[in-house]
Amino acid sequence: MNNQNRGPLVHIVKRGSVPWYMAWLIRGAAIILALLVCALVTTLLTGENPIQIYAAMFKGAFGTPRKVWILLQNLSILLCIALALTPAFKMRFWNIGGEGQVLIGGLASAACMILLGDKIPNWLLILIMVCASIAAGAIWAVIPGFFKAKWNTNETLFTLMMNYVAIQLVAFFVIVWEVPKGAGKVGIINQATQAGWLPQIGSYKYLLNIIIVALITIGMYVYLNYSKHGYEISVVGESERTARYVGIKVEKVIVRTMVLSGAICGIAGLLLVGGTDHTISTTIAGGRGYTAIMVAWLAKFNPIAMIFASLLLVFLSRGATEISTIFGLNHSFADILTGIILFFIIGSEFFINYKLSFRKNSKKEAEA
Amino acid sequence: MKKIIAMLLALVMVFALAACGESKAPEQPAEAPAEAPADAAAETATAKDMKVGFIFLHDENSTYDLNFINAAKSACAALGFSEDQFIFRTNIPESQECYDAACELADAGCSIIFADSFGHEDFMIQAAKEFPEVQFCHATGVRAHTEGLANYHNAFASIYEGRYLAGIAAGMKLNEMIEAGEFTAEEAKMGYIGAFTYAEVVSGYTSFFLGARSVCPTVTMDVTFTGSWYDETAEKEAANKLIENGCKLISQHADSMGAPTACETAGVPNVSYNGSTLDACPNTFIVSSRIDWAPYYLYVINAVMNDEEVAADWTGTLATGSVVLTDVNEKAAAEGTVEAIADAKAKLENGELHVFDTAAFTVEGKALDSYMADVDSDADFEHETEVISDGYFHESEFRAAPYFDLQIDGINLLDTKF
Repeated sequence: MNNQNRGPLVHIVKRGSVPWYMAWLIRGAAIILALLVCALVTTLLTGENPIQIYAAMFKGAFGTPRKVWILLQNLSILLCIALALTPAFKMRFWNIGGEGQVLIGGLASAACMILLGDKIPNWLLILIMVCASIAAGAIWAVIPGFFKAKWNTNETLFTLMMNYVAIQLVAFFVIVWEVPKGAGKVGIINQATQAGWLPQIGSYKYLLNIIIVALITIGMYVYLNYSKHGYEISVVGESERTARYVGIKVEKVIVRTMVLSGAICGIAGLLLVGGTDHTISTTIAGGRGYTAIMVAWLAKFNPIAMIFASLLLVFLSRGATEISTIFGLNHSFADILTGIILFFIIGSEFFINYKLSFRKNSKKEAEA
Repeated sequence: MKKIIAMLLALVMVFALAACGESKAPEQPAEAPAEAPADAAAETATAKDMKVGFIFLHDENSTYDLNFINAAKSACAALGFSEDQFIFRTNIPESQECYDAACELADAGCSIIFADSFGHEDFMIQAAKEFPEVQFCHATGVRAHTEGLANYHNAFASIYEGRYLAGIAAGMKLNEMIEAGEFTAEEAKMGYIGAFTYAEVVSGYTSFFLGARSVCPTVTMDVTFTGSWYDETAEKEAANKLIENGCKLISQHADSMGAPTACETAGVPNVSYNGSTLDACPNTFIVSSRIDWAPYYLYVINAVMNDEEVAADWTGTLATGSVVLTDVNEKAAAEGTVEAIADAKAKLENGELHVFDTAAFTVEGKALDSYMADVDSDADFEHETEVISDGYFHESEFRAAPYFDLQIDGINLLDTKF
């Protein structure tokens, strides 16, 4: 047999650089494929008309002005956390601790609202809340950053463990502050006096959050692309040795970047507790500290692209909620659709970077 | 990238499994036939343009929410509502999402919005302030009677009576096991798994215990808390721990199937809550008490249709059909249980018997003749209302939601960290 000169049936070849239109063609094809598979799954499992399901998803996300505001609010929180993680990721520092940094920032805000509410003027209270939550988030992130810089500890495990510490801390304080005693929940803090609630712009409850995150987005774009710090982050990320060779103090960059990363997570916590929910619980970040990792990766660490990545994820989750309401389907079904769509989108990145090369016809090979 | 793909694949599989598992949710027979749809038919003219929204904490996989969902379905069916006249929102957490969901339901044209979980309350009040023309009805809440909002209402039921009756079934089972020589009368100990340590749970386990002790005088009870309303693993672990510690019968006030299934595996009798667990536990399920919310839903919807005032604080009772027991599982229950329950129920209804009779319990060795309870829930936890008179503790009379929070003798709290 002439098996020895046969290659495997399929092998994977790295593509050279792909022209931008080709990349977008692949991405577009992936989304269309994803929608087709979702349609198939929907019809097979539920017997509902897939077109109606897609229409319901759009209605759920954009159907009324309120729905649009909620969408934008969810988008801005997710985007804020993704932006916070980005500088760390660019530095190849795997900050999995967004969830904990948001929680601890939120906890700091809540503590100020509960302990200082009504005791000091509101503007002073809000100022203290801002400082406290930024500081709390920054401290939570800089601890693993410091250990990484000093002793090269594993930052993935360290930041992940810090999440659990933060969750337990919040759980502890929820029991301390619970209303009524024994109920296991804090409820809305200062509901009557609204002390420590971030101001509302006009009649738009969520506008302030959206504006703040928009400013952070622009700031982060400029910082990463046009500042010396941003450049240093990229160099450290590409190669620590090169960074040292050109005289960058790597330890300093790691610590500084983690302070920034944690501080922005702290702001996300502040916006959640002081801006919208006005309560604290272990689930207030709701896993967004992890979802944000996906946003940052999908957008390839480009803050502007992150707007669209978070829009996609928030749209999917809001749309999913609507489907489960209108068609009486379980929420898990909506999660299946989200899973399929994400699977295809992330999969498409594979086909942008690699191509499949099939073995040529074996007869021809034999003749050759 | 590979890892992410692998992770997503795994996730997709998990979701698929979850979706498959979902169909297994026990369909609970809607007992207590919703009252007289006959007069509802006469009102269909006004009923046609009525829209009602329901907010549920979880979905039908939680026994607690399933109980509400079934009641909502049966109330809507009794009123002859069409599909587009009611909206169910499931999996709404106790956060800003609850406020958003309530506002969205109001936007969608609902004139009444119901929520089912204690932690929804603050967010419902927030929404109620914004939509004065919409009625917001919150089950298990405590603030409506002091809040002074005309369109915000609370409801609860005198479920302590139901638990007392279920306790009688438990006590009789213990008696049967003592007679059979399985253990001595002194060893008769029950185990109870609660979620949190506040009055709703305290009132529940105390009335259950008093019911059991009314027929089995030597019984004691261990209580443990999970710190969560729905944590299947923790509830299962708690049940196993109680059984290991010598508890001969288990009951629970938490919403997963954790404790009942642990009992079925260990062969220990279980008195359930929220609805029958007979399908999953054919050998150990004795009886379950539950609140039937359909009478409340019907009451509110009818009141709004007829432009009548809705009570700020509504208490369902045995008489309104709000406090009900499932059928007794003859296979697990002791002989004569059905009759004993019927007998006690009649006495409760005619006022001959009171669950929290001060002659039936002591606190630190002393019988009580006075107790100030925290009925008005404000931030200062002041115990401001005298609730003992005529020889019994008046539960659910000054406010629908329970406020019995005494630690009586005979009940041993294993932990109180929540």
